[in-house]
Amino acid sequence: MRTGRAGARWPRWVPPLIVFALVVAAWYAMSYLALAPERRFLLPPPDAVVRVGFFDSGNRAELLDGLLLSAQVALSGLTIAAVTGIVCGVAMAQASWLERSLNPYFVVLQTIPILALVPLFGFWFGFGFFTRVIVCVLISLFPIVANTLFGLRSVDESFHDLFTLQQSGRWSRLWKLQLPAALPHILTGLRISAGLSVIGAVVGDFFFRQGRPGIGTLIDLYRSRLQSEQLFAAVGLASLLGLAVFVVFGFVARRVTSWHTSARDSLP
Amino acid sequence: MAAAEPAEVAAAGSTLSFAGAGKRYDDGTQALCAVDVDVAPGQFVTVVGPSGCGKSTLLRLAAGLTEATEGSVHRAAASVGYVFQDPTLLPWRSVRSNVELFGELRGLSRQERRRRADEAISLVGLADFAHARPRTLSGGMRMRVSLARALTLRPDLLLLDEPFGALDEITRERLNDELLRLFAVRRFAALFVTHSVSEAVFLATRIIVLSDRPGRVLGVFDVPFPYPRPPGLRFSGEFTHLAAQVSACLKGAAA
Repeated sequence: MRTGRAGARWPRWVPPLIVFALVVAAWYAMSYLALAPERRFLLPPPDAVVRVGFFDSGNRAELLDGLLLSAQVALSGLTIAAVTGIVCGVAMAQASWLERSLNPYFVVLQTIPILALVPLFGFWFGFGFFTRVIVCVLISLFPIVANTLFGLRSVDESFHDLFTLQQSGRWSRLWKLQLPAALPHILTGLRISAGLSVIGAVVGDFFFRQGRPGIGTLIDLYRSRLQSEQLFAAVGLASLLGLAVFVVFGFVARRVTSWHTSARDSLP
Repeated sequence: MAAAEPAEVAAAGSTLSFAGAGKRYDDGTQALCAVDVDVAPGQFVTVVGPSGCGKSTLLRLAAGLTEATEGSVHRAAASVGYVFQDPTLLPWRSVRSNVELFGELRGLSRQERRRRADEAISLVGLADFAHARPRTLSGGMRMRVSLARALTLRPDLLLLDEPFGALDEITRERLNDELLRLFAVRRFAALFVTHSVSEAVFLATRIIVLSDRPGRVLGVFDVPFPYPRPPGLRFSGEFTHLAAQVSACLKGAAA
């Protein structure tokens, strides 16, 4: 890839920062210039969002509590989905009859709108933490299963010959060849699923009016009360949660699979 | 590969022998047809043939990776090494750890496999790169690692499937010199598949020319040059004369 002169001279974080400044400036312009004062609640200026959302201790506590709950839901869901998904992927790669039997249902799981089922789950299991986690598991399971399976299957035939020639068994083949080779794919699946589990936690919240409010519940609440500063603060926090998860998984993936070609870009 | 049972040894004393061996794949492709080849201990046999003539199938049969559908293949080697067309190194392992792999899979002790790996690595001249990852190495160096790995199990029979086919000519000739040096040190029997006539002549005690698919033996040439063979041999009159004969035989194969 060619880098222009400006790209070569500036540190890497400068251009995104300029874009950020421009977006904030445009936001202010919209709030103060485009919107009349009585309609300003549609897009409150950034400082008002920060002031009302985060400097008011009551609002801040409410928001952070919601964020914490949603983060717990997303992480629990992701963890369960990761373990289940990797185990299913490995099992399906080991036995083709298992793959043939299960694969259609994972595809179905991927194609049905899980969020539309949330009221049903609430109906069955109540609208508590458990149900929220189930929603996250279901929404984030497929990418992990699919990527694990694909990764395990992607090992070149000549590597298998190499292991066959040493009469290696199924387990050493799995541990020493297939799983390490599949690791970048598994991490890609985890990264996609991590984003999905945040979506599951936040959007699933829209259906949970009872119990402790998650960040999604708060978003819905602020919208209905026209508390637009808090609404923007809540949306911002939910976005940060998704972003944080993405960054963490990207970092882990690069560290763990530095040998893999897709991680090469990050090297000097 | 199964440990050689005495009953399997047909041609007395041969490390490897094909007796009328043929291979027809399930899709009906006839890859090899009535091949008779013997590899005696300490003999270096090269196989040349047009691409797609079943050379790789020949090696897969020799290694026991696939079974002959006609005739038979007998191996009298306690340990068989196989060097693939690609280096097939595990990218997440260091050079040394890659070379240790076979010992690991065969259940050698950590100490023993490390000792053998270090020995093999210095034998191919990569001692300084023992901790490098494969992708930081050049193509030629990767192939050396692959060779070192094959040597760790002390093979009586080394099977090589166009191992230097993807390398440039200079690197290839250098690796040929090195392979012969290893051959002199380790005294394995070798079956080496290639599509380069000069490589085939330079390495071999005997050359086998295969026909177009389905591969059958078109000609066998004994190579009179003694080992060790100096790199300059490639420019001698006898060498080019023999290479021309093999080429002519091969042309007949391609026609």
